[in-house]
Amino acid sequence: MSELAASSQISVDNAPRDAASALEAAERQEAKRRWLLLSPALVILLLAASGPLLIVLTYSFLKPGDYGGVIWQFSTEAWFNVFLQEDIFEETTTFSDAHLSIFWRSVRLSLGTTLMALLIGFPTAYFMATRPASSRDLWLFLITIPFWTNLLIRTFAIMEVIRNEGIINSILIGLGIIDTPIQMMFTDFAIMLGMLYVYLPLMVLPIYASMEKLDFRLVEAGYDLYATRWRVLKRVIFPLVKPGVIAGSILVFIPSLGAYVTPRVLGGGKNLMLGNLIELQFGQGRNWPLGAALSITLLAIVMIALLAYVRNVSRQENAHG
Amino acid sequence: MSEGKSSPSAVQAETVTKIFGSGETQVTALNEVSVSIRQNEFFTLLGPSGCGKTTLLRLIAGFDHPTRGTIHLEGQDISYLPPYKRPVNTVFQNYALFPHMTVGENIGFGLEMLGQSKTEREKAVGEMLQLVRMDELKDRKTDQISGGQQQRVALARALAPHPKVLLLDEPLSALDLKLRKEMQIELKRLQHETGITFIFVTHDQEEALTMSDRIAVMNAGRILQIGSPRDIYDHPAERFVANFIGETNFLDAELVSAKNGSARLRLPSGKMVNAALAEGARTEGTVSIVVRPEHAGLTTAKSKAALTGRLENVVYFGTDTHYHLRLDGGGEPFIVRQQNSRDTEETLTPGAEVGIEIGKNAVQVLRD
Repeated sequence: MSELAASSQISVDNAPRDAASALEAAERQEAKRRWLLLSPALVILLLAASGPLLIVLTYSFLKPGDYGGVIWQFSTEAWFNVFLQEDIFEETTTFSDAHLSIFWRSVRLSLGTTLMALLIGFPTAYFMATRPASSRDLWLFLITIPFWTNLLIRTFAIMEVIRNEGIINSILIGLGIIDTPIQMMFTDFAIMLGMLYVYLPLMVLPIYASMEKLDFRLVEAGYDLYATRWRVLKRVIFPLVKPGVIAGSILVFIPSLGAYVTPRVLGGGKNLMLGNLIELQFGQGRNWPLGAALSITLLAIVMIALLAYVRNVSRQENAHG
Repeated sequence: MSEGKSSPSAVQAETVTKIFGSGETQVTALNEVSVSIRQNEFFTLLGPSGCGKTTLLRLIAGFDHPTRGTIHLEGQDISYLPPYKRPVNTVFQNYALFPHMTVGENIGFGLEMLGQSKTEREKAVGEMLQLVRMDELKDRKTDQISGGQQQRVALARALAPHPKVLLLDEPLSALDLKLRKEMQIELKRLQHETGITFIFVTHDQEEALTMSDRIAVMNAGRILQIGSPRDIYDHPAERFVANFIGETNFLDAELVSAKNGSARLRLPSGKMVNAALAEGARTEGTVSIVVRPEHAGLTTAKSKAALTGRLENVVYFGTDTHYHLRLDGGGEPFIVRQQNSRDTEETLTPGAEVGIEIGKNAVQVLRD
């Protein structure tokens, strides 16, 4: 702090004689202040994210203990087991169907959830952004209400709606439309529905933020220049709110990929996703290194997906510019 | 007002009413407005903000639809047609250029939506860029060009599909004075070269006077008067029109006789003058009259003076001088404007008793 005070003193003294050095000093001071403001976030990131991540990475190269935990011996066995499996009797190595199908399901369900969230979230955001300014706050408030309730409770609420004796089936049977309940619980559909419900606001809010900034005179200009509703949407509105769409898609896709509670409750024990598989290794499986390796793999998938997305977007923008 | 009889009007609005909202918050933006805009005309809707001029423009563009009444475009009823089905284009107040497209893409957008091929479009965009003198900026993004250039792009974009009518919503209001003057001339040139009917919305009376073939003066959702700039300026029909356009002196006078649009009046001073009668003006009793400051002069000869008063203030403007007077017999201050010349010698000082001379055709009787 004394240094800060000193440098400000110097800059004041020099200002009349040497404006350039004063400016430099001011900039240095500004940079210092920026780091100071950033430091709490940096400390938390370092301690709470990078540290544990390093531990996980280390564990993935160790041997599993018999009752959980790790034995401090270097081994690549866990990484081997992420995608491959050894048949002990035939002594052959094959791709691990179980793991691959879980990876594939996770990606598929997350993409499906993201797509559905986009299809529902985009019109919702458009609706909200086109309301009079006075009532927009109310809509925002309503959108955030689900966040007030615990994730587990929300997931059980969905279960209450779709289970065999639940609301939907009771009504349909009561109306005589069906005789036997439709099996919705413990299906991929149930998992997607649950994730959609939980993550939809994360799609709506960023799109709304972009949409709110959209100059609706541009929409009128589109109509004026012979563009139909669909073409105005495609050529004017969508390109301009694309940052919101991208942010929303990322915000839905990433937590979906690592979802744990929703597939556990709505998918039953059968339809595992990555989150459940990882949990299994740290729990009943007692294979911490494998769990750690799977966690890192999940992280890698997310990063690859993000990079591909960002690259795709910037390429499109370059093509335009 | 005589209408062109040979061809249908470019735009014809008939008793158009537009009401926004409902119940207590209901606002009547346009109240039984009728106007006929001729082909190839530079027509201006002039009025203060909230007078309904932009609403009328939006009804013609198709962004809103009339609550009652009809709008015809070259004889075809377009009252409820969506904007993308009308051969009408708009230059928006803040240009509304698409920020994610280049200058060329902006100009070609309308043509693309009309289904023109890429080669046709390229050619048309090139021609448009030449028309607005922006050839070199085709591949720039719209935020990389100046305000004046954006204005030109907006014009080119709206003109590219060759609309039957071009609507301009205060397009010059965001430009500085010098650029505005340039664009005024530019707009006239474009209108002349393209032969397209221009409907121009502005609250700037000077802009309206210098650019228009005809002006419709609007206030509170109504059109008060339609006429050529000279007509509107020299023969305002209502107090609002006289007040909104230029400086004016208002007086009360006794109407002695009226015939064929002209009248004989007795001024408060007892002097008699001839006057033009606005359509629908009263033909007897006390009437309101206007005299433009530059249509009056100062005189020392009592016999020539139509009015007399005491000089209160002299304001020098370079090209002319304004004399503020208090009339004998009271009333509002009266202003006389006189052109300055090298020979003019400043002799009058505040407090002087002077006579006011009124030119031959200087007096106009108002409707209200």
